[in-house]
Amino acid sequence: MTFDLTASLPARNFEMSLSLGPSETLAILGPNGAGKSTLLGVISGLLRPESGSARLGGRELFTLDGGTRRWSAPHLRGTALLAQEALLFPHLNVLDNVAFGPRSTGASRTEAREVARHWLDEVDALALANRKPAQLSGGQAQRVAVARALAAEPELLLLDEPMAALDIHTAPLLRRVLKRVLADRKAIIVTHDVLDAYMLADRVIVVESGRIVEEGPTRQVLERPRSHFAAGLAGLNLVAGTLGQEGITTPDGRVFAGQHDPDWSLVAGQAGVAAFPPSSVSVFLGDVHGSPRNSFPVTITDLEPHGDQVRVRASSGPSNTLSADITPAASADLGLAPGMEVRFVVKSALVSVYPA
Amino acid sequence: MNRRSGTGYTGVPSWVYVIAAAGSLFILLPLVAMVAKVNWPQFIPLITSESSLTALGLSLRTSAASTALCVVLGVPLALVLARQPFPGQRLLRAFVLLPLVLPPVVGGIALLYTFGRQGLLGKSLEVAGIQIAFSTTAVVLAQTFVALPFLVVSLEGALRTAGSKYDAVAATLGARPTTVLRRVTLPLVLPGLASGAVLSFARSLGEFGATLTFAGSLQGVTRTLPLEIYLQRETDADAAVALSLLLVAVAVAVVGLSYGRRRSSAPVKEQL
Repeated sequence: MTFDLTASLPARNFEMSLSLGPSETLAILGPNGAGKSTLLGVISGLLRPESGSARLGGRELFTLDGGTRRWSAPHLRGTALLAQEALLFPHLNVLDNVAFGPRSTGASRTEAREVARHWLDEVDALALANRKPAQLSGGQAQRVAVARALAAEPELLLLDEPMAALDIHTAPLLRRVLKRVLADRKAIIVTHDVLDAYMLADRVIVVESGRIVEEGPTRQVLERPRSHFAAGLAGLNLVAGTLGQEGITTPDGRVFAGQHDPDWSLVAGQAGVAAFPPSSVSVFLGDVHGSPRNSFPVTITDLEPHGDQVRVRASSGPSNTLSADITPAASADLGLAPGMEVRFVVKSALVSVYPA
Repeated sequence: MNRRSGTGYTGVPSWVYVIAAAGSLFILLPLVAMVAKVNWPQFIPLITSESSLTALGLSLRTSAASTALCVVLGVPLALVLARQPFPGQRLLRAFVLLPLVLPPVVGGIALLYTFGRQGLLGKSLEVAGIQIAFSTTAVVLAQTFVALPFLVVSLEGALRTAGSKYDAVAATLGARPTTVLRRVTLPLVLPGLASGAVLSFARSLGEFGATLTFAGSLQGVTRTLPLEIYLQRETDADAAVALSLLLVAVAVAVVGLSYGRRRSSAPVKEQL
């Protein structure tokens, strides 16, 4: 019982191909406009790609190529969609909202309500059964929406940033609920939050500009990111270049010395990346004496508070942004300000180097 | 101008209120003038005369029928206009709205050449033994012709405001398109549908020109209240005024009933 999809929609610069094992939860990460919602639209049948095919379990969702144009309507797909907004039907109470799915697929009113009560209980919202959606808080509404999606017994559950509209106090409860209900079912969750990916997903796909740029088990992608987006989510600096004995050589000739993972056998000349946390970066004014390795000039672009540190963002080239975390006192001593030219020094013991 | 405390800045200049007051007087004054002209001692006998009651009954029956027909034809039209764009959609909308700006008598002539004995469809219907022109059916068709745009316009607006997000969610939950329409789309736009139906009813109640042209003025068959008023005006001015007041009262009751309960964004255009 797997899910396979290949779809392309040139009008939206979208071209993806992915598959999902039984009871696997996949997180889709990526910047705004990368095609995450387009992907969910294509899977749920709300958006028709130009070509491609998809199968869920033994069923065909669509086959669109030269001669064959088969397309099954959204209601036949068994892919319930949970969006950022709960979108509970405002004219139905909570119980009938959750009963909507089973009722629409042929259950009697009594049966449907029985199913609805079960799922409301599952998301700790049974007490809200008789309320109207307008009387719910954002977190309650979203929990009810989860119950409504699950009551439809989808073979594949699609979640489009379900936590994005919730405040930081209500999101943890929903996250716990999702962790419980997603445990043994196929689901695809689009998220901006690295915590969602860690807690809920077995595997991560990073998309940029309508393409999959990175894919792998959650922990591996977030600890060994290969794309700038994943590195940004994981809070790491990322420098791309070619692998060498020393570490990474960037296209402009700079060398980042670092630690190779012993599991990887090094092939010189292979493309690779160096990743290091902002806390491993020190900031100096003027020239640095001693080891010249991992020391390079940068121009400060921004200073912002980050926890009890100051995050210094600086550019070391046209498209490469690096961050350093230093104490507020150090920042004041150095008199840092945007536009200043300083030197970043990275401890090579804290740089991981691995193939891209 | 003294406003109640707790109200915010409106940005409306004071002179606008003066002109607005003049505007409302322009509507109200003729009504007052008519009320002043009513022969009150004879009022009840005048409006309960046999011909009056027949005309009122016919008006209410035909207006109810044409409102039902407007709902049956107008809901699909509004859905088609409000959802997916398609080639020729703007043209279709323009034609659906045409009766709003067309003189009703022109509508009547058009209907006559469609359903009349020598008309486009009328000839075939005649062969089948169905005669529409100058019958009560013709009254209903004339009223539907002029009232349909009111329902379509207000329902299309409501559908656009509601959007299709809920419909999409309902579909992914496994609901067939017909189920989505019945259980989600229509319940969400019920206020818009209701106010559209009320406007259509009111427009049907006041319909005169198209009815006279296409259905004629046969007592008990096609002579609705507005036609009766027009006829009485020539012979018995008192009766005309009394019946006019009756029509105003019915119209105010119908419109007040729906607009009193909830505010509506439906545009209001009325012509006779």
